Order: sequence, then C-alpha cells, then structure tokens
Amino acid sequence: MKRVITLFCTLVLLILNTVSANDGSTQIGVYDYPIDNPLAATVIGTPKEQVASLPKDIPRQAMKLVVFPDREIKKFIPNKALNYTLVGQKKAAPLIFSIAGTGASHKSAKMRLLEKAFFQAGFHVVSLPSPTYANFIVTASTTQVPGHIVQDSADIYRVMALIKEQIKDRVQITDYNLVGYSLGGAQAAFVAKLDEEQGAFDFKKALMINPPVNLFNSVSILDRMLEENIPGGLNNFNAFFDEMMVEFSHHYSESENVDFNDDFLYRIYENKQQEVDLSRVAATVGMSFRISSSNMIFTSDVMTNGGYILPKNHELGKIESTTNYFKVSSRVSFTDYYNERFLPFFMARNQGMTSDKLLDDLSLKSIAGYLRTSDKIAVVHNEDDVILAPGEIDFFREVFQSRAHIYPKGGHCGNMAYKDNITYMVNHFEKQGVNHE
Amino acid sequence: MSKNRYFIRKMVLAAAMVSVLQLTACSAIPEKQVGELPALHSVESVVSEDVTYAIDVYDPFEGFNRGMYRFNAGFDHYIFLPVVGAYESVMPGFAEKGVSNFFNNLFEITNLTNSILQLKPKATIATTERIIVNTTIGVVGLFDVATTMGIYEHEEDFGQTLGHYGVGSGPFIVLPILGPSNLRDTTGTIVDSVTMASIDPLNLDEHSERELVFYLLNAIDDRHTTAFRYYDSGSPFEYELIRKLYTEKRKLDIKR
Repeated sequence: MKRVITLFCTLVLLILNTVSANDGSTQIGVYDYPIDNPLAATVIGTPKEQVASLPKDIPRQAMKLVVFPDREIKKFIPNKALNYTLVGQKKAAPLIFSIAGTGASHKSAKMRLLEKAFFQAGFHVVSLPSPTYANFIVTASTTQVPGHIVQDSADIYRVMALIKEQIKDRVQITDYNLVGYSLGGAQAAFVAKLDEEQGAFDFKKALMINPPVNLFNSVSILDRMLEENIPGGLNNFNAFFDEMMVEFSHHYSESENVDFNDDFLYRIYENKQQEVDLSRVAATVGMSFRISSSNMIFTSDVMTNGGYILPKNHELGKIESTTNYFKVSSRVSFTDYYNERFLPFFMARNQGMTSDKLLDDLSLKSIAGYLRTSDKIAVVHNEDDVILAPGEIDFFREVFQSRAHIYPKGGHCGNMAYKDNITYMVNHFEKQGVNHE
Repeated sequence: MSKNRYFIRKMVLAAAMVSVLQLTACSAIPEKQVGELPALHSVESVVSEDVTYAIDVYDPFEGFNRGMYRFNAGFDHYIFLPVVGAYESVMPGFAEKGVSNFFNNLFEITNLTNSILQLKPKATIATTERIIVNTTIGVVGLFDVATTMGIYEHEEDFGQTLGHYGVGSGPFIVLPILGPSNLRDTTGTIVDSVTMASIDPLNLDEHSERELVFYLLNAIDDRHTTAFRYYDSGSPFEYELIRKLYTEKRKLDIKR
C-alpha cells in the first residue's frame, strides 16, 4: 500500500505541475533558480535545498460547505459538500483566499505551499479547489460546465461569501485578500473585479501567479504538447509510455537511495541534462494536462447528462467500469470540448453569443482596463512560462507596469516554491500590513 | 502455533468479507439502460480493438475489485483514519517516528529473506548491516542509524521475488483494507506473513497477549506513514489510475 501511495504522489505531483526585457515591470536582479529549461522546470519544480524555509506542520482544518442544498446526488460521484481548507491564526489577522490551478484540489502541493508561506507570515488562509476540479463541479458550479472564467469566478465568489459566514466564529478576520496560481490566478482577477461591483469583501490585495492571458490559447498549447510529441500519434501512446517507463526504470535501478519525490526527478535532470529528451518532457506535461481535462470533461458530462462521452440518460452505477470512458476522454482535447460542448452550451444560454465573443470573454484582455488601473492587483510570472503563446508575456508588462514581477525562468509555476518567489509573494501582502506585535 | 492460527483467523475473516461483498457486487460491465442514447464520442466510435491502451490492466474481477475499493475507502474514512488521527494526537512526533523505525527494522527480515532468494549480494549485505546496526546502536530498531550512515533500505518482498524469476502479475486484486494487489503479490504477502510468523522475532508465539497490540500498532503505523487519501485525486477515473500505477510501480520494483 505504502508503495502505491508514493507512486500516487508522484503522479499527483506531475498532474499538479501541468501543466528579460524590461519596460516598467520590475527588474529582477540576480536570480538563481537552478533549472533553465522551462519544460523541465514545469515538471520538476524547485529542488529541495532551494525551497524557501517554511514550517513543517500548520493547523489545517478540513472544512465542508453545502452550496446547493437541493442538488440531486449522483450514485457514481456521491459528493454533497464542497471541501476546502481553513488555516487559522489564533489572533485577529487578515485572511487570504487561495484558488487552485486547473484541475487541482484545495490540497494540491502548491496550495499547501501557499498555506505554509502565508500562515508563517501571519495570515489566515482559506484554500479553495479549482472550479475545474471534480468536487467543485459536482457541488458548487452553477452550470456544471466548467471553463467559463466569468461564470466560474462568480461561483467562487458565491462560495467565498458562504465561507465568510461559516468561519466567522472560528477566526477573527481584519480584512480580505486573494491569491491564485495558473487558472486560479486569472480567476482571482475576475473575482476581484466582481467584488468591486458587489462589495462583500473589499479586497485589500490580490496576487496572480503564472496566470494564462487567454485560457483558450493556453489549453491549445497544452493539447498540442501531448498530440505532437508522441511518435506516431496517440494510438501509439502505449508504446511511448512503455519506452518511457523502461528508461525511468533504468534511472530508478541505478540510484542507491530512492524514493519517489521531486528531487528524484531533479537528480535525473541534473545528471543527464544532455540526454533529456525534451519532446518526452513536453509529452509528459501534455499527458498530465490531458488527465486533468479528462477528469473535468467526464465529471461535467456525468453531472449534466450531456451525452458527450457517457451515453445520454445512462446513470453510472457505483461499481460500473469507466475504463472505456477514460479511453474516450483521453482522446478528447480541451479544444474539442470547447467547440463541441462548451460553445454550444453557452450559445444556447445567451442569445447573440458568438464564438469570437465567447473567446474574448475568457481572456484577461476583456478586463484589461480594470487591471490597468487597479493598484491592489499584482502579477508574478515567468518569461519562459510554457502555457503562454509567443508575446503574451508582454500583456502583463504593458498592463500591470510596475505591478508585474517577471522572472527570467521557472516555466509554468516551477519556481513557486523557490525562496525568492516566496519572499516576493509574502511581501506583496505584507505591505498591506499584518500587525506584527 | 498461535501466530499462524492468528494469521489463519485473519484470512478467514477476509475471505468471509470477500464472499459477502461478492454477493452484493454485480458486474462492472456497463449495460444499456432504458431511454439511453449514444454519446457524441461513443465508446464504439473511438475505442479500437487494434490499439493497445496504456490504461488497460488485466482485471477480470473488476466488479468485485471496485466494490472492495469503495469498501476500503469507507473503512478508511469512518474507522481507520479516525483511529490513526487519535494515535497522532496522543503520540509525540519522536515517538511516532520510533514506532515506525521499530516496525521497519522488524520487517527487514522480509527484505533479507527475499534479497537472499533473489541472489542479490549487495542488498543482502546492506540489509544485514542495517539489521545489526539498527538493532544494536539504534536501540532495538527505534532509531534508524543505518540510513544516516548511508546504508539504505532495499525493499524486497516475495511478490518481487516471484516477479524476479519471471512470474507474471496475474489478475489485479483489491484486497480488503490492504488495497491494490494482484494474484502474484497477494501470494507474496501470504508467504511473507507465514515466514515472519515462523521466525517470530518477538516471540509472539509464547506471549499471545502481545499479539493484538502488535498487529494493531503495526496497522496504525502503516496508515500513519501513508499519505494516500481515497478520492483526493478528484478523478472520476481514480480506480483506473491507481490500478495502472500499482502495476507500473511493481514492475519498477521487480526490475530493481
């Protein structure tokens, strides 16, 4: 069992990872994050000895919230409540709402990292799963067709308001802040904007970590990473996977003290830098994303009876095999989902909605005016983030100016745990003032 | 031998649970339901017999296994984890570590017998050194001194020994409480338990009152050191993914 678990953690690690010019944005001086290749950085993350010093144990409380009491519960995914984490200070303190990246849970490694960093700095932290995570789709999404950033952010906002009420007797909150990484980062911006209109929180600060500019561009890049890096196409995936496992096995047998963890991957990278096959790393990133998107698409399909992958009007039993549906889901790209399921769904809901209009709505560009003038929001990003299309990084420089903090390397969220990054993130919120007595 | 009797009792209990679940478990094969309409991306139109799918693992008892997986998740949630939680809140961290080290040291016997059976001199020597160092300097195994000295653990079990000599994995099996396994590794687990019982390093044979404490603490410690939580992956395909991962990880361990 223990072995399965360690292996499982490796997979989770991979899934969660899926995924310097200067013109007004902050100049980064010396930056010694050790992994130069953006794809490798995305998969490996930050080597142990370079991770910021953080507490080992913090007082996490597993919380449950029923968002829609009348929602019917499905046999196959019998979730009633949304799960989230509360990390509370003993005394009055500001709170940070933290939003997970694509397909990630409130307990993902990156969420835990943020909890530790902000708890250590004196904040309460509430960690929320991504609206693209199954438990959120089932219990807290209005449409249960995830990916619409405006809609999903409104769902997050509703959840936050309910949580505010639920935790008011547990923690004393002085004011509210927002943070999110990857897709969660982009959602944080939309949530902040929504709050300007609705005013339930009056957020003091918000921080976006490695957000996409345009969701659609980013998922297309990730789709292609899988599809274009398997020799012979997806039908040959099994052969490709076996080959990769053979090589992995070779490294695994060679090393004396082995345990699967991020450092194991880093050591392979460090020792065999010349030999690392980058198309393989790209395929791994693509595969992790594909698993996340399959989870999302299939969960949505089961919940909405969408007839997309599961036959329409078919109720999945508790022990019914889903292996064939996995095979089908893993062949459906996010782009397919967008065209075949997502677009028709939102066109049917909104008269006059067009594909172009919808694509614009899903982009940070649609709220660029707000981001330009809103001093409370900052962005931290990497020049070489693999989910950005060429030139997209300049959007952040241009719009955020001095509030854009762009590192020369780190890939997609690979450097989040690096000591400089943690210091910057914590400082961004601390300026607003945790009261250190 | 009372130890073997205890072991047999456990197996009988497991078998009873298995048969109960089998009665309730129906087939995992999806059946067409009334009013059902084909999906846009139907299985028939996508899945081809000519393609080998990485996610496939030989699993003829899938319905039973999925039932057991659900049962284990429930047991974990309602019984196992609360007990482990209580253990963790009572025990100071260093004591938990000591208990883990103690059991690890004890079960080095399994590593040793299987390193010998696979004729692996390096692993055999390292394991022997570990047992000697940790049992003496490490105070009956409470401290893992060997690892700090750079003598690392070589995990070997009888499932791996069988695999080493070319025995295939056989059908995938989800065991009650223990979780994912397959026919080869289940056989291995039984053989390792019987070997352990016949060596009986703690003399449980003559002190049957210790037996219950031993097994309970061992189970709690095992769960305590295992980070896995059922359904945390958030994947509707968690069963498939775990099944694949288990199979691949065992292949890696056998090749090592």
